Amino acid sequence: MRVLIMAKEGEQSAAPTPPTPEAMAEYQKFNEELVKAGVVLEAGRLYPSSQSKRVKFDGKKRTVIDGPFAETKELVAGYWLWQVRSIDEALEWLKRAPYDGGTFEVREVVEFEGM
Amino acid sequence: MRSSSSRACEGALAIGPRNSEAHRAIEAIWRIESARLIAGLARVVGDIGTAEELAQDALVAALEQWPAEGVPERPGAWLMGTAKHRAIDLVRRRKTLERKHVEIGRDVEQAQEGLDLDTAIEDEVGDDLLGLIFMACHPVLTKDARVALTLRVLGGLTTEEIARAFLVPVATIAQRIVRAKRTLAEAHVRFEVPGGAERAARLSSVLEVIYLIFNEGYSATAGKDWVRPALCEEALRLGRVLAELAPTEPEVHGLVALMEIQASRLGARVGPSGEPVLLLDQDRARWDRLLIRRGLAALERAERLGGALGPYALQAAIAACHARATTAAETDWPRIVALYDAVAQLAPSPVVELNRAVAVGMAFGPAAGLELVDALVAEPSLKSYHLLPAVRGDLLRKLGRSEEARAEFERGASLTDNLRERELLKRRAAECAAEGMTG
Repeated sequence: MRVLIMAKEGEQSAAPTPPTPEAMAEYQKFNEELVKAGVVLEAGRLYPSSQSKRVKFDGKKRTVIDGPFAETKELVAGYWLWQVRSIDEALEWLKRAPYDGGTFEVREVVEFEGM
Repeated sequence: MRSSSSRACEGALAIGPRNSEAHRAIEAIWRIESARLIAGLARVVGDIGTAEELAQDALVAALEQWPAEGVPERPGAWLMGTAKHRAIDLVRRRKTLERKHVEIGRDVEQAQEGLDLDTAIEDEVGDDLLGLIFMACHPVLTKDARVALTLRVLGGLTTEEIARAFLVPVATIAQRIVRAKRTLAEAHVRFEVPGGAERAARLSSVLEVIYLIFNEGYSATAGKDWVRPALCEEALRLGRVLAELAPTEPEVHGLVALMEIQASRLGARVGPSGEPVLLLDQDRARWDRLLIRRGLAALERAERLGGALGPYALQAAIAACHARATTAAETDWPRIVALYDAVAQLAPSPVVELNRAVAVGMAFGPAAGLELVDALVAEPSLKSYHLLPAVRGDLLRKLGRSEEARAEFERGASLTDNLRERELLKRRAAECAAEGMTG
């Protein structure tokens, strides 16, 4: 199955603090381990919400809203797309990530509908 | 005693309290860690059977302790530590035993090995995994045995899961694995990453096993489903792991590219009621762009390594021609013919000739394709291959020879064991019969 891991950015939406070189190295090591295990399909980091837009749909009407957005806890800062055998496997990998704060959401991607 | 504990462990994984959080975590951890664990142990003890038993003993210990004490912070290290202690015990016991029988020279060798044991398990995880792959895919084993053993020790699948994937009784797979381990031991197959001239042949055996697993999922040879995506995913995972372990081998990237691009069509090649949809009839909007992108990148990696493309990279290049065409009509058939020419030179086979005939039919007209197919009709190895009459029927139909086409589709339908494929061919036959009446 595929799972999407979303890193919620917490309070950092306005002023992203660049990670320390040590943290970056640890993250890279972890990511490499995931790649070596054949788990990572795709990964990406997103710019803060101050640089983002929203499009709101209301019937035929579309409204474009400029960031930054207030509900900081729900904002996604980065994502991974993983190929795993179960949600439990994704959780086990995620627990090994070298982060000391933040929330990560794990969602299964719908595939092979009807099979 | 050992084997009874491994049986207990498999039983525990298969029927244990599935809803317990610790148990589910252990199962997931086993999936992540088992290959590395078995690989590290196999290097020390020398054989897969013992290594797997040691690893499973550690798993049994985890199943006993973790639900009560909680999952340790570094579960992989815990499992390795536990298994390592048992490995040291085992090697010591073996040495004591051997001291009684064997001459002194051998004894010294063993003692030195014992000294290295502690560090031996921890370094070079990558090489260990590669060694395990080469061992599980050793040419001394039958193809079926290689496939089962690879899924078991590298994929971390239980015997039951492998049996389910291949639609055979559990006992058959269990026996296949036991026999494979025995064969490896009897043939004194060494745990190693082969080099030099041997490497190419051994690597090609590894690639063959991975592609066999993929194909069993991609076009299931038996049963009611035409595809079994789980097997494709296992094969892709093994391929991606191998690509990181052996990054300088162009054919590894070639195989990964081929599988990624073929897997990109998984969602499009099955219709709403489970029927097969052939490549040129597929809705290309349903192709998985991510897998196509990954496949093209892997192909580029193979090409960048230089030299002439191998058979897998060439087939990936053919798959890439389809992937790059936005519509079936835009397919670069002359290039595909040229690529098949290259495949036929490297790895000539009647099946490749048949595929080449299809491409020639598309590039230069059905009559040219039919001429090539007709030359294959007498080929003994294709005698019961359902795709030969299927291809021939297709070309005859395009030439307006509906009655002959119908007979070919009927023959193809009678030759396949896959229910879905048989239905498709019967439908084609019926269409030809209808065309024959109106034309």
